[in-house]
Amino acid sequence: MADSAGVEVKPGTTTETAGAPQVAPKETQGSEASRQRVVSPEYMFFEAPRERAFITGSEAAKEAIRRANVDVAISYPITPQSETMQQVGALWAEGYVKEYYRGEEEFGVMSAIAGSSRSGARSLTATAGPGLMRGMEVVASWPGGRMPLVLLIMCRVINAPLSIQPDNAELAYLINTGNIVFHAENQQDFFDFALKAFVISERPEVTLPVAVAVDGFFVTHARGYVMLPPKDIKLPPRDPYHEAIPAMDNENPPARISRDAPIQKSNFISYHVHASWQQEVWAAVERSRKYIDKYMGGLVEVVNPGADTIVVASGSAVSQSREAVRQAEEDLGERIGLVKVRSLRPFPTRELREACKNAKRILVPEFNCVGWLYRDVCAALYGHSKAEIIPGPRVFGGISLPTEMILQYIFPDKKFAF
Amino acid sequence: MSNKRYNIRMAGIGGQGVVTASHILSNGMVIMGGESTLVPFFGSEKRLAPVESYVRIANGKIYEIGEIIYPNVIMIFHPQVITHGKSYTMPFYSGLKPDGVVLINSDHPINLVPDEVRELKERNARIYYIPATTIARDKAETDLATNMAMVGAISAIMGIPDLPSLEASVKERFLGKGFVVSGGTAALDNVIERKFAKKEQLLRKNMEVISAAYSYAIEHGWAENRQAAAV
Repeated sequence: MADSAGVEVKPGTTTETAGAPQVAPKETQGSEASRQRVVSPEYMFFEAPRERAFITGSEAAKEAIRRANVDVAISYPITPQSETMQQVGALWAEGYVKEYYRGEEEFGVMSAIAGSSRSGARSLTATAGPGLMRGMEVVASWPGGRMPLVLLIMCRVINAPLSIQPDNAELAYLINTGNIVFHAENQQDFFDFALKAFVISERPEVTLPVAVAVDGFFVTHARGYVMLPPKDIKLPPRDPYHEAIPAMDNENPPARISRDAPIQKSNFISYHVHASWQQEVWAAVERSRKYIDKYMGGLVEVVNPGADTIVVASGSAVSQSREAVRQAEEDLGERIGLVKVRSLRPFPTRELREACKNAKRILVPEFNCVGWLYRDVCAALYGHSKAEIIPGPRVFGGISLPTEMILQYIFPDKKFAF
Repeated sequence: MSNKRYNIRMAGIGGQGVVTASHILSNGMVIMGGESTLVPFFGSEKRLAPVESYVRIANGKIYEIGEIIYPNVIMIFHPQVITHGKSYTMPFYSGLKPDGVVLINSDHPINLVPDEVRELKERNARIYYIPATTIARDKAETDLATNMAMVGAISAIMGIPDLPSLEASVKERFLGKGFVVSGGTAALDNVIERKFAKKEQLLRKNMEVISAAYSYAIEHGWAENRQAAAV
């Protein structure tokens, strides 16, 4: 028998027994975490006073989780995500997160967090690049399981040659799984989107997982200014009994159809069930729009509306485009439009058509070689715009996108760099 | 002050304090009320291996992220970056924007091959040689203050950050906040600190080096035509 066998572990106290796992609840009376006050999402997002901090993207995510009233966080390390979930571990130690552990690998983590979500707990996990690929089988099944949870993604190269640098090709399939997907531009976005994702995810008419992607290193490991509400307030807890699917119900869909799959009965039943089920999932994705409008200021941000040339971008490509737009205006006297896409799913089809209705040229700069945003922009504008839509500029393998490259695409007749 | 912004690529060899110099310059800009971001780039941390650091400084808002591919200021901390190719970016001026500045630590002009001379001329590059290591030896009696001389000279050339902000930045680096960039640079800080009896002495010597290099740049007329290098 282990030495610790005779040690009585009282709830609410910690044990120092050597070799014994630390299983006691971390939250202690009088801790800062225990004194956190529940506030409404509206107060948290819009009314609470905010102070400016100069922090990394990983720290911004930590501060969002601190205020998100998270029940369960499950992690598995991968660069450049590790730093964030390591900090969430520190939050658990301080009592801000109720349960936290390291899974076996990403397939196991994504499966476990699904169970956590279906049981009614507010759930968080995070991964990056190859980790998202490994967990994708499960991630793609979350929306059909109607599982409200938040997945943070710190984008990283997935293709060979091996690299740990930011390249967001990994989002190409994720945006077609029925998950809601936001793409954060900077540290402030990463804080705001992560916090708001929980509330949007758990709305009764949404009841879907939300992925908040950010380009690794550029945001996660670099410091930026973030306006933070006080840390003594938190979001209301999840209310799993006011969602589309009751928690812990194993006798009705969706739990019932994974245990007792329609395909085992008849192909035709299976086809019908699948069609109606997935249409409802995608309808729920669309129903999240009103909360994205309400809490996040809309699916897009438009700079210089009505310009002849418009840059459409998401994530770090927005930051680079802002600087290119500034240089075009200040140095060349040219007004260039910019559409920042905050939400990749639901996709801002209406908003893009409106913003680009008078555009003559549209550029889509991206940090990946496949051009997934370009394809979506083309599909949204087909038949609704006479503009030439230019695929690029693009950078591969995680290098930064120089503003000179964007300016070269905007002004092909000028020369911007050697 | 008019809107100013510089994209700086620093290249040197491991142990010279390139990353430290970028932090001091960057933090000096923030202290002066501007904005700055920096991205260090190196392989495994070891002496004499190539090191680069990218710094953006501006007195306005900075949006850009990541490495600087097209700098308008290049700082070469060691002649071997050029003569031995100890660099991640070859040739040493690759990506240099027109009318840019190259500040090179060398007591004498380096013999460049004709193609390099031509390409630098095509870009209308301003090339300045500063004896940074010699200044460091004269003022602080150590090569390790070479990075301070480079910081002093470049702030004279660019006009930002000013000397009081740099002094505050050096103070913060060595006296304040327990600031750690990485294990390797922290160990180097300790080596430097041991060379001096007191941290105050270390600070004073560093500031002497910065001021001497700043004056050197002013005396040689490098501070003229500052605005030409802004993005």
